[in-house]
Amino acid sequence: MSEPTARVARIDSDEPTGRVPRVDSDGDPTLIVRRPIIDMQQLWKTYRPGSLDVHALRGVTLTVDEGEFVAIMGPSGSGKSTLMHIMGCLDIPTRGSYKLDGEDVSKLSENSLARIRNREIGFVFQQYNLLARLTAWRNVELPLLYARVPGAERRRRALAALDQVGLSARAEHRPTQLSGGQQQRVALARALVTDPALLLADEPTGNLDTAAAAEILGLLQELHRAGRTVVLITHEPEVAAVADRTLRIRDGQLEPAEIAA
Amino acid sequence: MRWRDTLGSGVEAIIGHGLRSLLTILGIMIGIAAVILTVGLGEGAQSSVNSAISALGSNLLVVTPGSTTSSSGVRGGFGTASTLTLADADALGSKKVAPNVIAVAPQAETVEVLTAGSTNWTTTMVGTTASWLTVRDRQVQEGGFFTRPEVSGADDVVVLGSTTASELFGAESPIDQTITANGVTLTVIGELTTAGSSGSTNLDDMAIVPITTAQQQVFTGTFATSVSTIYCEASSAAGLSGAYQEIDDELLSAHHIVEPSAADFTITSQTTIASTANSVNRTLTDLLAGVAGISLLVGGIGVMNIMLVSVTERVREIGLRKALGAAPTDIRRQFLVEASSLGLLGGIGGVLVGFIGTVVLPHLQSNPVSLSIPATIGAVFVAIAIGLTFGVYPATRAARLSPIDALRSE
Repeated sequence: MSEPTARVARIDSDEPTGRVPRVDSDGDPTLIVRRPIIDMQQLWKTYRPGSLDVHALRGVTLTVDEGEFVAIMGPSGSGKSTLMHIMGCLDIPTRGSYKLDGEDVSKLSENSLARIRNREIGFVFQQYNLLARLTAWRNVELPLLYARVPGAERRRRALAALDQVGLSARAEHRPTQLSGGQQQRVALARALVTDPALLLADEPTGNLDTAAAAEILGLLQELHRAGRTVVLITHEPEVAAVADRTLRIRDGQLEPAEIAA
Repeated sequence: MRWRDTLGSGVEAIIGHGLRSLLTILGIMIGIAAVILTVGLGEGAQSSVNSAISALGSNLLVVTPGSTTSSSGVRGGFGTASTLTLADADALGSKKVAPNVIAVAPQAETVEVLTAGSTNWTTTMVGTTASWLTVRDRQVQEGGFFTRPEVSGADDVVVLGSTTASELFGAESPIDQTITANGVTLTVIGELTTAGSSGSTNLDDMAIVPITTAQQQVFTGTFATSVSTIYCEASSAAGLSGAYQEIDDELLSAHHIVEPSAADFTITSQTTIASTANSVNRTLTDLLAGVAGISLLVGGIGVMNIMLVSVTERVREIGLRKALGAAPTDIRRQFLVEASSLGLLGGIGGVLVGFIGTVVLPHLQSNPVSLSIPATIGAVFVAIAIGLTFGVYPATRAARLSPIDALRSE
């Protein structure tokens, strides 16, 4: 695992003003100075598809500290996706408060949520969600377009992000010319390019074979070791196992027993 | 998102769906080209009418018989009465009566069958005086026109229009040949220079004889006693209103009419003829432009249709862009830019087709086509506006999509 270490080192050098937290000289993550990135208090989410209220979340309270790697596990229908949507600022809770990196985002307007998603959150989806007509680096630069970053800097940062995931050689390839694992790495680079406070991966290995899945999980672990805050949503225990801490959700509530890594 | 990047991604999306974009652009293009060409045709027709009217002669006043009221109270249309006579024309020709009128040409006309050898040709036979040539601003190409003595002598001479001459004599020179009309043998003494057509009247298909000859020998019935038109040429443009007054006064008194509103004749000037003809033209142009406008509207609906398809097709992309930080405004702008670019491209294409049309069309039909620069510039802006207008709804729909639902869709 000497090569990944080299990549991690590049994260630091590429992002001098980034969010990678203060690490002691040995790079030991246990000595990271911690503060909460996610702070959810008594979150409720209620849908009213008909006349009956459906509670997707029933009072979820959870905190994720800076630099943590947390997995959220649950069967389908458990409220896992709803939690992910609110965590990723794609949706707002019906009740309760949610502070993301210190900012209360539970009552923001759609435009403000878009800004938060752009700056604070890096998404990785199961379906990769790359735009087929754009090359790898053009896909990676997309979030920077919405951050109004000038063209030359976008390209520089997109290439740096591709380098972090080991795909600099494929910058000019289109998604169809890449394997599933490579596509997911491009998606990971896209999530990293804005240097977000939180990396939110929703079943990132769901469409991948074992080898490619291991590769992606390895990358997530490296990023975590370099100080990234990562939340991984999955239904597979073996995937959740790579995280430091696993939270289980069932019927819209977190199960009390937390498994520390 | 910065404007430059928004434009870039709009153009990319258009190129990305090449064929579809092209067809949409084609819709706008046809509409714009149709507008440019109909406006061009209208303006061309207007200028040709204007030149045809000025070809009537300069500073011309045209006196036509007024209307009659029959005993049953039915009022006939203008020109149905035969109230003007050669005597009226003679009176107007007098320097004392009408000093502002420098030349008078009465004209009586019927349709006659002319025979030259074994050839027959039906044409308008015009009986007039020697001053017709100058008053109507025409030239003789070959031979000459009849003179004052020939008119007073009621000589059996005729001057032919170029079409009439070639129909009767082919390539042969008509001069000194003879033709027969209504049993009267006439000698051809001249051929007029080609003048083209004015509205539905072919100015080159006529046979002109001294009015005396016409009335005494050729014409029958009321045509033998009255004239259908008296052309009066005023001394100058400034003398037109004076001449008008003199003609009016003289004819009222000659016809023993006290009340000017009961006049049995009508005096028109070139300006009134021109404005009437132009207003007819304008109506036609407006009508055509309306039809062209409808095709433009259809083009606009095409843009809306394609943009809606594009939004539906890219729901997932929109969801992703929103997840990555696109605000509703960014999405709306992206689609509006795309729609207005389609409009702009259609506009430019339409202008090009319009340009080609203005060059090609005059070869395919008789009416001239002129290119109106303001209409062209306007058309491009209209095209952009159409793209923009019909893009608003699809763009708003895209902007309103929830990122979650959009990402979930397949």
